[in-house]
Amino acid sequence: MRIFGIIVVILTGALLIYAMGDFPSWADPASPAHNHVSPRYIEKSLEQTSVPNLVTAVLADYRGYDTMFETAVIFAAGVVCFFLLRIPRKDEPTVRRYRHTLTGITISVKETREIPPVLEEFERIDTLWTPPDLIIKTCCRILVPFLQLFGLYVIAHGHHSPGGGFQGGVILGASMILLAISHDLRTAIGRMSERVHAILCSVGVFIFAGTGALCLVLGLNFLDYGALARILHVDPVTARSHGILIVEIGVGLAVMTAMIWIYNNISSKGKYDEGL
Amino acid sequence: MPDLISSIVDYYNYLIYITLMMIGLYAMIAKKNLVKKIVGMNIFQTAIILFYVSIGAKKGATIPIIQHGHGEGADEITSSVIKAAEYINPLPHVLMLTAIVVAVATLGVALALAIKVYNRYETLEEDEILAQIREK
Repeated sequence: MRIFGIIVVILTGALLIYAMGDFPSWADPASPAHNHVSPRYIEKSLEQTSVPNLVTAVLADYRGYDTMFETAVIFAAGVVCFFLLRIPRKDEPTVRRYRHTLTGITISVKETREIPPVLEEFERIDTLWTPPDLIIKTCCRILVPFLQLFGLYVIAHGHHSPGGGFQGGVILGASMILLAISHDLRTAIGRMSERVHAILCSVGVFIFAGTGALCLVLGLNFLDYGALARILHVDPVTARSHGILIVEIGVGLAVMTAMIWIYNNISSKGKYDEGL
Repeated sequence: MPDLISSIVDYYNYLIYITLMMIGLYAMIAKKNLVKKIVGMNIFQTAIILFYVSIGAKKGATIPIIQHGHGEGADEITSSVIKAAEYINPLPHVLMLTAIVVAVATLGVALALAIKVYNRYETLEEDEILAQIREK
């Protein structure tokens, strides 16, 4: 298999290098990629959408269908991880262990059908529990709110600087994943439960598709945000800018929750215990 | 010899992407471990992303954000003022922006499938899994 792999790789590589000569050289302004649709995007998009960041304008407006279905793909990936891995609660072990955080004493509760009340000074642990590191916990606890603030800034400022829903959503998701890594998965789920992930992920896709459908209802094409001018009481160009912002918020929600959802399911193998 | 060097300098982005892509392809074909195959798939995706983003580059151009495009004086900037030669191509960036996030999502699905395979066969080595399937 190894020799077969080497032969295939060398043949494919040689074919690609042979074809390389037909490509335009690096950063050539006359190459075909720069001469068809791209000049129109660069010259017209500020006039048509009043968004200086061309990437955002092309992403959410000109290629809105593409982005909408990419968001749907991310939602589908979150749902697939959930259905593949999530184990229902009835499989949970009958013995639950609780640790008294002040003294470090662990108690086990056996065969309780009812979950005991959660007390402030007790934390639930697993058999694989390891003592947490104070420095890491403190640093991450201080870092998380700033990360989330930065994520919101990246989403909201995507019109004027590099950023937008995908990047901001990933930063927001990373802040929650950092909490799950530095503390444990139960802490992160205590902040944001599984139900919230599922609802917000579908709400994100719904905001995107719903904005498109709203434009359809208002009499223009699907995802033609100029139609929102009648609701927002602004001119159609500004309405496109606002429509892009609404759509980016939807993308941000869907990406953030899908990332957290996938991480939670994979890191705990669907058991939602302490995680990594 | 100067001919060869100039062609390498002109086409080095393609050479790097072909190298990366072949590393990924080799890992997907020849490696027996499923996680190594998934890592190979990710290297392959990274090569595609590099290819697209390098196509978007343009000599003498800046990032695709219109300068002074907002705030005061933004109304004076019309399509006649903006020169397409001054900004790099935004389209490959848009395509790869979504592709990166989708790559993470597919990585998640692939790892979830690997976990299911491990739960079932207690191994991630391809030949051991095939041997266990043949025994039944």
